[in-house]
Amino acid sequence: MECQECHERPATLHFTKVVNGSKTEIHVCEHCAKEKGYVSYGEEAYSLHDLLSGLFNFDTSLNEQKSKNLSDEQGLKCPKCGMTYKEFTQVGKFGCASCYHTFSDRLNPIFRRVHSGNIVHEGKIPKRIGSNIYQKKLLNGYKEKLQQLIQSEEFEQAAQVRDQIKEMEKEKGTNHDGEGEV
Amino acid sequence: MSLQQFMNEAISPWMKDEGPDSDIVMSSRIRLARNFDQTPFPIIAENEDLEKILDFFNQEYHQQSFKNYHDLEFVRMSDLKPIEKRVLVEKHLISPHLAENGKLGGALISKSEQVSVMVNEEDHIRFQLYFPGFQLEEALAQAFDFDDWLEEKINYAFDETRGYLTSCPTNVGTGMRASVMMHLPALALTQKISRMIPAINQLGLVVRGIYGEGSEALGNIFQISNQITLGRSERDIVEDLRSVVNKLVEQERKARQLLIEQSELQLEDRIFRSYGVLEHSRIIESKETAICLSDVRLGIDVGFISNVSKTILNELLVVTQPGFLQHYAKKTLSPQDRDILRASLIRERLKLEK
Repeated sequence: MECQECHERPATLHFTKVVNGSKTEIHVCEHCAKEKGYVSYGEEAYSLHDLLSGLFNFDTSLNEQKSKNLSDEQGLKCPKCGMTYKEFTQVGKFGCASCYHTFSDRLNPIFRRVHSGNIVHEGKIPKRIGSNIYQKKLLNGYKEKLQQLIQSEEFEQAAQVRDQIKEMEKEKGTNHDGEGEV
Repeated sequence: MSLQQFMNEAISPWMKDEGPDSDIVMSSRIRLARNFDQTPFPIIAENEDLEKILDFFNQEYHQQSFKNYHDLEFVRMSDLKPIEKRVLVEKHLISPHLAENGKLGGALISKSEQVSVMVNEEDHIRFQLYFPGFQLEEALAQAFDFDDWLEEKINYAFDETRGYLTSCPTNVGTGMRASVMMHLPALALTQKISRMIPAINQLGLVVRGIYGEGSEALGNIFQISNQITLGRSERDIVEDLRSVVNKLVEQERKARQLLIEQSELQLEDRIFRSYGVLEHSRIIESKETAICLSDVRLGIDVGFISNVSKTILNELLVVTQPGFLQHYAKKTLSPQDRDILRASLIRERLKLEK
């Protein structure tokens, strides 16, 4: 069977297109399929992207109804890379790390939708640049544990944890004097 | 020089080892996405910025070694011929996106091909580690170490609340995609897999065929990976994936057992027909190749075929892809010529087994 587009090469791709219930069979060669947009090589980015920009647009239309100061928000522009919020919703991609701060107020609904309701990172922290954050998280963890122990009246253990916290806070204090470490 | 090795060896050296559950789980992969904190992401960065990143990788990591990952080789996309890029894609060492759009892209690949780092893809850095068989935890531990090693020299874009910042909101947080490649012929044959997929999706995991289009899984090879990257730790995500894969392995084994009990002769017939097709075809399309290879691999696993090596499925699936065939022929081939060469390569390869 020859390609119905170029009538030169053999048809290697066969599709059935259904539009409003009427079926059309398409037989084309790889070359024409690419040219006519029947297939795209590396389509992974396509579906996710389409899905996403759809989500964002939905998000803006919701906000259009809600808020009058639309122009302000649409004009939101990242000072570092120059990407505007509008561009971000169209492309579905951030321009740089600073975009996350610039658009910060509008991101939670997007993240919630993409990540099953989650908006805060749980997981690895960079070993070198994140050592402060790591300590802080550890400390918060201990503080929570302390509260739990106090509530369940396990005072002996609570005292131990309290000492650990004191120790850590002391270390943090000395670290602060020394600054410049990170 | 290793680029030649990347091109000439169809199966990556790491694939030659057999991992746990390798009758069903072909490989485990962890991919982490990272970015430089001060440089705009590749989609809008100036060429100059991207050049700098390429130079940095070339200077800092070319011909370096880290732990088991020896002789990292840095290649620029602009230095590769289209067929060479295609071969790297077919070996899953780089993405189609990098091969197509990454004029200012690069890749850093270890000699074993177990680690590959894509530079200036959608993110500045996307690296992946492969392990044979079912070894997700090991892959994660090694990926963390490799990440720490890179971080010694790179200031990552990281935010206390949002985690690792990525160009696409679907990767923010851990920046991790954990995936497992599975050969599930019995679940596919009995159509159980299509009933299991919706349940798996509900757990935030995605199932897709890797060689087919859309939901079709050519060669009955499925990839299962996590969708969510924010709000769950890497370990939790991997644990979820691991337990689902465990279930699938168990179900696949049951389904194979059942097939043998209920229709042994039919199964044996199907397997040997496919074996015959591979052994004797003069013209074969990639779709038919994938189906037959899957049958033969199943035949090896359940013991009908004993004189063919297990890696044949992985190996021939890669060798018979268009890029590899054309690299082998050293010229561009029409689809028909590819089908002819494919058939003859498979025949030759199977003869080697005897």
